[in-house]
Amino acid sequence: MIPVAILVIWQVLASSNLIPSYRLPSPAGVWLAGVDLYERGVLYQHIAISTQRVLLGFTIGAIVGLALAAVVGLSARASDLFAPTLAAIRAVPSLAWVPLLGLYIGLNEDSKVALVAIGAFFPVYTTVASALRHVDAHLVELGRSYGYSGTALLSLVQLPAVVPAVISSLRLALAQAWLFLVAGELLGASLGLGFLLVDSQQNGRIDRLFLTIILLGVLGKLTDTAVGLLERFLLKRWGS
Amino acid sequence: MSSSSLRRTTAADALSVSIRDLSRSFGDRHVLRAVDLEITAGEIVALIGPSGCGKSTLLRHIGGLDSPSGGAIDIGGEPVVGLDARSAVAFQEPRLLPWRSITRNVEVGLPRGKRKGDDRGRVAGLLELVKLTESAHLRPREISGGMAQRVSLARALARRPGVLLLDEPFGALDALTRLAMQDLLLELHAAEPATIVIVTHDVDEALYLADRVILLGSPKGQPAAEPASILSTVSVPGVRPRDRGSSDLAELRVELLDGLGVPTHHLSTH
Repeated sequence: MIPVAILVIWQVLASSNLIPSYRLPSPAGVWLAGVDLYERGVLYQHIAISTQRVLLGFTIGAIVGLALAAVVGLSARASDLFAPTLAAIRAVPSLAWVPLLGLYIGLNEDSKVALVAIGAFFPVYTTVASALRHVDAHLVELGRSYGYSGTALLSLVQLPAVVPAVISSLRLALAQAWLFLVAGELLGASLGLGFLLVDSQQNGRIDRLFLTIILLGVLGKLTDTAVGLLERFLLKRWGS
Repeated sequence: MSSSSLRRTTAADALSVSIRDLSRSFGDRHVLRAVDLEITAGEIVALIGPSGCGKSTLLRHIGGLDSPSGGAIDIGGEPVVGLDARSAVAFQEPRLLPWRSITRNVEVGLPRGKRKGDDRGRVAGLLELVKLTESAHLRPREISGGMAQRVSLARALARRPGVLLLDEPFGALDALTRLAMQDLLLELHAAEPATIVIVTHDVDEALYLADRVILLGSPKGQPAAEPASILSTVSVPGVRPRDRGSSDLAELRVELLDGLGVPTHHLSTH
């Protein structure tokens, strides 16, 4: 209902001349801008490269995040060793890494994927490490007293206990991944939705700006829905 | 499944427990000292004592969850070294895994490594014994506290323990559920011949269930911070199920409460 209402209000505002068209394009204008880009064959390229960067960076960041969270969350010694450093790194506003990554890796694919990975890493690492640290000690002792140890204990108690935390951290990480993607592409790219934003702004193509923003919203929602489906499946099995 | 067919699937028999000169310190805090206790196979022994006197610590030692600073413990003539498959513990909290069904929680108790074909029947039989067959598919959050404790008991029995260790298992239950659970425990003891050591705060519970009641605490005249030892042992007369209103038990009750340092306001008839 609300999206329809927004669309109607948008259309009314755009056609009422209250706001000039260089400030607010009409819905039809945005649609045509999309069709235009599509017919030139670049729309798909922008979407594909951005999605690829997000999925790659998200996967790498999530895997590294889960691995480090497991180490820090399960071993008190590793926690003492790594946790303060990681907390300090986390305190750095993440976009501060962009120039450094640019210098080290170059303003290419790898640096953008790396930036997305950094964005996805921290929510997963922080949430899952803390969840593992806070698994009910009583349940762990219970498992031990019934003869479970090592990986058997891990899969009996700790892993199922943190499944909800893992899923919610993945959702958060995905949102972060899109955020970092746009940031990375804004700051230097020749292709991708972030680049399309900058390019449209510089050329005064407000219709394309609107188009890109809507596309980012739709893509973010689509990937979030995918994780949401995974969530529903896993919580049915492991939820309480 | 009747309790006799359940018996057939029970491998382990009740085992004796022998505690000799056991002591335990945490740093320079001495909790237990010179504890000697012989428990015969199949006996029910209740440990009572003031809060923090080391009752649970003693129980955890028998289960191998804690290791003594001095002395030794045998189960069935063999020493206890670390976690022990011959005993099973039920804790004050039911400690159920919230993501598993009742059945799958009981399965946690099955002896590990050698899963047998009759395990499924064994779990079903235990659930019937604790009257949870109807609820077998539910998750822990869907059942009451008393039911959760019954699951915890079934899980402990699934291990076919020679010694069943109960750490205030009914402490968090309401008074009526508690009485029902005590009777259930006696039924379980009849169906599954294990030695039972139960830690409790409740003198009435101890007298209703146990063959012997062991009073733990610091010797009279010493500050409570001193390490605890066995102050007295009371053999409870009569066969179970006992008359909860028995006057013999009332006398023992006064004696035990007195030993716990609780004013009984009892007019001595001596």
